[in-house]
Amino acid sequence: MSIDFHTQKLLAAFLLRLGDDRLVLGHRLSEWCGHAPVLEEDIALTNIALDEIGQASAFLHLAGEVEGGGRSADDLAYFREATQFTNVQLVEQPNRDFASTMARQFLFDAHSYFLLEILQKSAHERLAGIAAKGFKEARYHLRHSKEWMLRLGDGTAESHRRLQSALDDLWPFTRELFAFDETERALTDLGIIPELENIEKKWNELVLSVLAAATLAVPANSGHVASGSRTGRHSEYLGHMLAEMQILARSFPGVKW
Amino acid sequence: MPRPTKEEFFTILTGVHDPEIPAVNVVEMGMVRNVEFSGGAVHVEITPTYSGCPAMKIIEDDIIAALRSAGYNNTFVTTVYSPAWTTEWLNDSAKEKLKAYGIAPPRKISDEVILLLPTIQETVPCPFCESSETEVRSDFGSTACKSLHYCNHCRQPFEHLKEI
Repeated sequence: MSIDFHTQKLLAAFLLRLGDDRLVLGHRLSEWCGHAPVLEEDIALTNIALDEIGQASAFLHLAGEVEGGGRSADDLAYFREATQFTNVQLVEQPNRDFASTMARQFLFDAHSYFLLEILQKSAHERLAGIAAKGFKEARYHLRHSKEWMLRLGDGTAESHRRLQSALDDLWPFTRELFAFDETERALTDLGIIPELENIEKKWNELVLSVLAAATLAVPANSGHVASGSRTGRHSEYLGHMLAEMQILARSFPGVKW
Repeated sequence: MPRPTKEEFFTILTGVHDPEIPAVNVVEMGMVRNVEFSGGAVHVEITPTYSGCPAMKIIEDDIIAALRSAGYNNTFVTTVYSPAWTTEWLNDSAKEKLKAYGIAPPRKISDEVILLLPTIQETVPCPFCESSETEVRSDFGSTACKSLHYCNHCRQPFEHLKEI
């Protein structure tokens, strides 16, 4: 489809959000490589990391194209500063323990599942294509993280305590997942992406039912709620993470192997 | 010299094997989506099995090498994501090859609802002894496209090409 300049900017911003979420989460998951509690989970987490980074690569590549400024997926991943990243703060939170990683993953997977399910109906063919592919993978991610919520929540006293604590810490970051602003609204009004408002309701239904089955308490909606990441405001963790992620590319700009 | 046909190119590419599963080639795996010959160059479209498949670069290099061996020195390979790769594209021959190699082939995709609690899964038959007394060890195996299983009958672990 051919779109005007203003719409191009909006679409590029939207694609960047989708890509940044998955790039940062993929990187976080890759940090588990060689360190997971059991071999099967080491493999699971790194496979999921690959899926996320693969999706990120596709979204960033398309964002760069739509933006029209000649930036490749690599340029966007390795040569932007933290304040230029537009991922939600949830995904940049540190891995901490396995329970915390699974809680973060489950909360994101539930969002990703419903978001990609609806984006595969986008009028923008290439966005729809990437979303359709990502949706198939999101099914397996969600199945995996949901199972761990049940196993850890309804597990031992220690696994339950760790997971409840992780959930309480991460809950304030979930509001951002549904903080759709002018970018999403304009793209919906222009008919490029479908209405996204329903995702929150589906997410709530699924998450609350899994928490109940896992004997976990729904955290109270009190205290500071994270916001602003879609326009570049991040927690202090992102800068440190990017320093590690970007150092090789920045030390040897233009290197190819 | 007669203009090469699409079929001829696809035939050349059946010589490119999946780097992780050498029993099958990239054409029967459904990864080669289109081949066009124009402007003196071969344009190949490939699609990844999973978004982050790390073998795609090797596959791209192997495709270029295979075409060079066949006399085509100008090849451009692009990655496309649509239509999304699905195990439904594997024919019976490819599935037989997987099974002979020790990988349980993908089954027909059914409308399994993954959001049900608890998760319902039909067991994957063992590629070695055909028993259905198998269990899933992990939905994620040595490559993005495979899951890890164990057969309680012949007591061997095996991998399965996940339905997607």
